[in-house]
Formats: sequence, structure tokens, C-alpha cells
Amino acid sequence: MKLRACLLRFKGLFLKDARERELADELESHLQMHIDDNIHAGMSPQEARRVAVMKLGGLDQTKEAYRDRAGIPFVENAVQDLRFTLRQLRKNPAFTVTATTMVALGIGASVAIFAFVDAALIKPLPYKDPSRLLAVTESTTDIPVANISYIDYLDWKKLNRVFESLEVYWPLPHTISTPAGMEMVDGAQVTASFFRTLGVGPLLGRDFHPGEDEPGAPRTLVLSYASWQKRFGGRQEIIGQSITVDEEPFTIIGVLPQNFHFAPVENAEFWTTVNTSWGCFKTRHCHNLDGIARLKDGVSEQAALADVTRIAKELEAQYPDSNRDVGATVAPLSELIVGDVKPVLLLLLGGAALLLLIACINVASLLLVRSETRRRELSVRRALGATRARLIRQFVIEGLVIVVIGSVAGLAGSHWAMQILKGLIPTDMMSGMPYLNELGLNSRVLIFAGALATFAAALFSLTPAFRLSSLDVREGMAEGGRGNAGKVWTRIGSKLVVLELTTAMVLLVGAGLLGKSLYRLLQVGLGFEPKHLITMRVGAPYSAYGEDEKAAVALGRKVVAEIKSLPGVTSVALAQTLPLTFNSNTNWIRFVGRAYNGERNEVLQRGVSSDYFNTLQANLLRGRTFTDADDLTKPNVVVINQTLAKKYFPGEDPIGQRIADNDLNPRSIKEIIGVVDDIREGPLDAEVWPAYYHAFNQFPNNSFAVVVRTSQEGESLIPTVADAIRRIDSRINISGETTMTARVNNAQTVYLRRSSTWVVGGFAAVALLLGVVGLYGVIAYSVSQRTREIGVRIALGAQRGTVYRLVIKEAGALALAGIVIGTGCAILAASLMRKLLFGTPPWDLTTLICVAAVLGASALLASFLPARRAASVDPISALRAE
Amino acid sequence: MSNKTEIWQGTLALMILKTLDTLGPLHGYGIARRIEQISEDRLSPNYGTLYPSLLKLEQEGWIAAEWGVSENNRKAKFYKLTRSGRKQLERETKEWNQTTAIVARFFEPVED
Repeated sequence: MKLRACLLRFKGLFLKDARERELADELESHLQMHIDDNIHAGMSPQEARRVAVMKLGGLDQTKEAYRDRAGIPFVENAVQDLRFTLRQLRKNPAFTVTATTMVALGIGASVAIFAFVDAALIKPLPYKDPSRLLAVTESTTDIPVANISYIDYLDWKKLNRVFESLEVYWPLPHTISTPAGMEMVDGAQVTASFFRTLGVGPLLGRDFHPGEDEPGAPRTLVLSYASWQKRFGGRQEIIGQSITVDEEPFTIIGVLPQNFHFAPVENAEFWTTVNTSWGCFKTRHCHNLDGIARLKDGVSEQAALADVTRIAKELEAQYPDSNRDVGATVAPLSELIVGDVKPVLLLLLGGAALLLLIACINVASLLLVRSETRRRELSVRRALGATRARLIRQFVIEGLVIVVIGSVAGLAGSHWAMQILKGLIPTDMMSGMPYLNELGLNSRVLIFAGALATFAAALFSLTPAFRLSSLDVREGMAEGGRGNAGKVWTRIGSKLVVLELTTAMVLLVGAGLLGKSLYRLLQVGLGFEPKHLITMRVGAPYSAYGEDEKAAVALGRKVVAEIKSLPGVTSVALAQTLPLTFNSNTNWIRFVGRAYNGERNEVLQRGVSSDYFNTLQANLLRGRTFTDADDLTKPNVVVINQTLAKKYFPGEDPIGQRIADNDLNPRSIKEIIGVVDDIREGPLDAEVWPAYYHAFNQFPNNSFAVVVRTSQEGESLIPTVADAIRRIDSRINISGETTMTARVNNAQTVYLRRSSTWVVGGFAAVALLLGVVGLYGVIAYSVSQRTREIGVRIALGAQRGTVYRLVIKEAGALALAGIVIGTGCAILAASLMRKLLFGTPPWDLTTLICVAAVLGASALLASFLPARRAASVDPISALRAE
Repeated sequence: MSNKTEIWQGTLALMILKTLDTLGPLHGYGIARRIEQISEDRLSPNYGTLYPSLLKLEQEGWIAAEWGVSENNRKAKFYKLTRSGRKQLERETKEWNQTTAIVARFFEPVED
């Protein structure tokens, strides 16, 4: 029965007119019958009607009570309010467009950035129980997160009491022969239980068996899904087949699932087990691996760190020659994968939140101004019997409508912004961020958007509603009555404007500091001239050039000669490791003829060919550089950088001194022949390390990079150079072709700062605009409220200049308050993003002064228009208008 | 008293049902007059308050309405009890009797 009544009432919502008519008919017939009876009882017709109407009671109250019962009054009123609101919004397109655009902007920016935060930081890694996974490796005094050597790893695996499993991996490119020639394929070598530790099973075939990583085990290979599709057409029969990789036969045993990602070696197509017969795997000196571990139940990260540190100490005591100062480090695996982008993303999220805040404040003040101009209307409605709740509901609905439109537009915009931002990430950087593949409006992002919208809706409906409580009906209706209202609004409005200007200041300072850091970073001395340099990596087959050192030297000479003969090339050199790669690939040296007590002198080791320094246009400070004649037949020579000279030869001439490996192995003894100014080998924001350069011809290799200086912009020469190298031997593989300028600009340190500078800068520009518009609004409103006062002042002889000053002083006070508070907040905020600053303190004076000047000038501009209007007030019409 | 109207609405519904039960199909005016008569003019509300109650009863399905012609040849909307309305009346009558009997006991002189 209840349900039936509800349905009928719901139906009543739509049959309003027919129902109203029927009730009117019914009441009319009621009256007629009553009048008939009354006349019958002897009343006059007029008397009869009067009594009947009185007895029936207030007709309208009856109808209203009947209506309440017939439909659902709340819904009907809400629909009515909604219609009214939409009508109002249509009538004020400027207000509607401004308000919804601001909401859309704020919500769109926040949601887009949040989607990145969600994909990178919130969404768990795609492994089983990922919070129990750790990145585990060795550390040294100079390298806080280094690599672990295989023998040390075996001891760690055996001695630890905290890991369910501990596995290692390292990236290793392979070459395979394809119909198109030799091709380089990214790969990774892992220990047998690597995938089981992650909790990932193969899509097809099997995983490595335990023990399959031991010497002598048959060589097996697991394919990534992409590789299986691309190289083997996704054929199932591929399992069990043999493939030749690096001139060795492997059996394909499995295919990884499509959604498998492992960011540190994301591009690996071929997964194989570690080949422990290689030299590097036989010594504790050679640190080439990274570890992952799964914690035992109930073991904390700290306990794990304590345990591996204990093991490292034991190994250090046992093997001081190799393990001196070698410690241990553990971190959540997620830290390894997203650690670099985390501060940037949090910074951007903070920026977006500030932008949203400023947008919301702006809309809230717009709504306040509107509620002020509607005082008369509201007072009239109140006097006619509208309840306060009804009037408040009107505002709530208005706020909701703006938020709903704004949010929908914002969500659409954020989807678009996400695609654009994602598209701006360079491909090789993107491959380190597989988690961004699933970027999108998922449920978490939508919930976040919903929360923002709710916050905005609450703010927008409550601000005017709050003002409503102070609505005095009599005052509101009084002709020309303004009373305190204008002043009250100006007071609230000016507080909001100070808040907006403060926020704008924070964002501007943030953008300024980031921009300056970027500038500083790009100003960092590289130690070479990056313009007109092209580079690429050359990989020659190991069987032909790897074992035979003379063959490698000959290949190097041929490559240099071939490229040098190309038109447009000025000079060519070879390098084992290009500048700006990393502060890694180190050697532990000692000095011949000096007392040595086993200390760890860790320096960068780089192999370069004879023309390297003049090709880079590096600055030779003392002595000489290599010649082509410094080869296997001659005594070993090295060039050191200035940092090494300063650190190990203070006040001494290093030329003629000799350095060697710490075991004083005769083959490793080299004489110092020159000192070059520091070349930046590692990231731009890192300290320069001591480094030595040995001659490629004395320590040759089958894999190296070429550096080519061209007379013009060299990018177009890249294919020509690559072809020239391939002509030497068709089995040679070329990869990583790029220009040095691109290497500088796409370096992660530069890229992260540049992208965050642009995004925060964009936020700051919008914030500045909104803040200034807000200021303009308050000042203009204040001037309009004070027209009469200004008119009186002018009538009494005030100069136009005085009026200008009056208005600009008001704006100046607000701007000054915003700047002062903003400076404090900005310094606080900047201290939080210290990690991203470079060569710029959070309180950087030039930035603060520039930003304050920009904000001040904009404020002046914003107040100039209302000031001019105030100064041009005609006293007579101003006084008459009232 | 705030819940006075609620009680009034409740009893009014019962009175309407009982009236229709006794007199058969009747229009709103007739029902109002009948309630006045029975209560000997001690209950004389504004007639208008009747109509929301009639609508409620109709929505519940206890009465049905139909336009017809009154004894004086006036067009009028006639209400009549439905079958479920009759059952509801029986239920409510029983409840009413029980309630009044219980309340009445409280006002009986106490004999100890």
C-alpha cells in the first residue's frame, strides 16, 4: 500500500496541471452545494457564499496542503529552483562562463595531475604483494646506491635471515642475426627465481627452474610478450625451439604475460639466466648487478637493512682487499621505480591544488557579489514568506549547477591534458615509466574528482548561504538601502583577495625558482662544447673483435678513418662511456710509489681514443693527450681530470706519476701524461667525480660509442655516419643515434625540471590572472559602492589625484598584504621542494623580488581602471543618483 | 500541541471510512456535514482539511472516486469504500476499540 501511494505521488509530479484543475472543480462543487444548503436555510446569496467560503477555510492553504500530499514537495521545489537557477545563469552568460571555466580549469588541472600521481604512486606495482618487495644492493662511501657483485650476492643469499628470496638482475643487450643484418636486442640476465620472487608466472611455457642459473646448465630464454608478438608472430609452437643469441644457442622456454613490466629493465625482450662463466662474475671487485628481495613475513625493512649491513660488515672483515667500505642498502622496490618522479609529481599536485584553491575562491567571491546584488530580490522573497531554508536551497542549487557543469568540462579537459602531458614525455624516458601506460580516468581518479567537486559545491553554496543569515529584510528592502552590507562584502572580499594573491605569489615563486634552477643547471660547465656533436653506439660481434684486442684496435681505427672522410665531419673519436651518462663504472686505484694502506680511492674510469679531447673541445690544462700511436705496443698512459689532480695530487705536478689498480697488477700500471678540465660524466646536478681516461688503443673493446664533430648542425648526418660504419662490417650493430644537445636536453635531471617548470609556470600564470581579476573585482565593487562618497569628496574640492591615490592605496594595501604573506608561504613551500632546486636557495632574493614586482605591477594595473572611473565621477550626477 | 493535527488526521481518516461504510458513496461536502452532525457540531473543522485526507485515502487504495451528480443536480466527486478499504476499516475499528478500552481502564475508579 505504501509503495502504491509513493508511486502515485511520484506520478503526481508529472500530472500536476490536470490534478490542480480537478481539485479546483471539486472545491467549486463543494462550495456550490454548501451555498445551496445555506440559501435553503434562509440566507441571502451573498451571505450564503461568504459563510461557505469561510467554512471551507483558506482556499489557497487547502490547495497547498493538497499539493503537498499529491506530489513530493521537496522534489517539486527543487525542480522549480533548478529551473529558476538555469534561467538566472542563462541570463548572466558572462558570470556563468567565467565561473564554470574557473571550476573546470581548477578541477581539470588537479584531476590530470592526480591521475599521474595515481598511476605512479598510488596504484600498487603489478606484482604479488608488492609492499613486501625490496630493492637490495651494495653501497660504497661515494655511491649510496651501487651495484652488487655476484660473489657477494651469493654470500648475502646464503647468510641472510630476513628474505624469503633474494635475486639479482642486470640489463644486457644481445645481438641476433636477422634477415636485415645484425640486430641489437635489449635483454636482461636474472637469477633463476627472479620471476617467482616478483610473483609473476609465464603466459606460455615455463619459468626458469631453480639451478638453471648455475654454470653448465643448458642455456634457456624467456621472451617478453612484445618480443614474442614482434619477432615470432605470437606462435605457440615457439616454445622449445632454439635460437642463436650472441652466437650461442638458446632454447626458448616461456613467454611473459602482456601486462608484465619491470621498469629498471623495461625494454628487455630476452630474459636469460646469469652467465657466471664471465670474468665479472668471478670477482668481488666487479659490481654489475641489482638485487630484488621478498621479505619474510613479519620482517620490517629496517630489520632487513640491519641484517644485510651485518653481512656486509662480515664480508668487509673477511675480504678487505675487495670489500673495504662496501655497505648495504635496501629500499622499497617502488622507491627504485618511482623515486625520481615522486618529488616532481607531488610538487605538481601541490601546484594544481593551489590553482584549484584560487579558482574556487574566485568563484566564491563572484557568487558573493551576486548574492549582494540580489539582496533586494531575496528580501522580497523572504517577506513574501519564503523560508530561509528555501532561499539557502536556491544558493545550494546554484552552486551545484556551476560545479556540475564545471566538473564535467574539467574531467573532459583533464583527459585531454593527460594525453598531451603523456605525449610530451620523451620515448626513452617513457620506457622507464611503464606504470604510465595505464594512465586514465579510473575509479580512484573519479572518486578524487568527486571529492573535489563536493568540496567546491560545499564552498559555493555555503558562502552565500552564510551571508544570507545576516540578511535583514527591512534593510534589504529599503529604497537605496545599502547600509553596512557593501562594507561587509568588501571586508570578506578583500580577505579572499589577499588569500588569492598569496596563492598566486606561492605559485609564481615556485615557478621562478624552478626556472632559475633549470637555467643554472643548463649553465653548468659541461667541460665540452655540445653543439654540432653527434653520437651513436657501435656493437661489433664478440667472436670477431671481443677476444682479439688487435682486431678491436684495428676496427676502432677503421671506424674513425671512414667517418672522418665523410663531408661535413671535422673530427671523430671513440669513447667507452659518453659524457653525461652516470657517475659509475669506477675503478679502485692506488698510486705507484706511495704508501698504501688499502683505502678506497674510487675514481671514474673512461676509455677514449686519441682525438677524444679535441673532438669534444675539452680544455687540456697540462701535459699532452693521447696520440693514435699510444697502443698495445706502448707503455700505458692516462689523462686525468682536474678533480682527480686536486684530490690526489694537491700542490704536486701529477705529470709523470703512475697509477694502478689496487692489486698493483703490472698490466694496470699507467703513467699520467695530461690533465684536462673536468668533463661532466654524470648527471648535471651531481658533483664532478675524479676521473681518469685511458687510451682506447691500449684497452680496446668490441663495443664503444663514436663522437663526431660536424661543421654544421649534425642531425642530418646521422644516417650517413651509421651507413659508413656498417660498410666496415655488416655484422656491426648501431644504436642510440642522437646529438649531444639532445642528450643534454633530454637528460632526466634537465627534463624533470623543465617539464615541472613549464607546468608550474602555467599554473602560476593562470593563478596570477585569477588573482589580479579578483583584485580588480573587489576594488571595482568598492568604488561602485563609494560613488556617492567620492562624489561628495570631489564636490568638496578633492583633487582627481587624491581620488586616484585613495583607490590605488586600497588596492596597494591588499597587494602588499598578499605579497608579504605570500613571500613567507613561498619560502616555506620552496623548502619543501628543495630536492628539485639546483644552485638556488628557497629564499632566492632575485626570484622573490622579481615575483613581488610582477605581482605589484599587475595589482597596480588592476586597480588603475577602477581608480580612473572613481576619479572621473561627476559629483552632480553621483549625488543626484541617490 | 504539535501532534494534535496528526491525531486529527488519523481519526479523520477513520471517520471518513466509517461514514462511507454507513452511507455508501458520498461527496466531500456530504462527508464533512456528516462528521459535523455525528459529533453534534463539537467537531467542526474547516471543510478544506478534509480534501488532503481524501487524497491520501485514495492513494492508499482504500477509497475510490468518481464524478457523479448530487441530489440537487450538482456535479460532484463521489467517494466510495473499496474492498481493501473495508478491510482497513475493520482493522482500524478493532484497533480503535482496543485502544479506547485500554485507555478507559486507566480512568476507571480504582477498587482495592
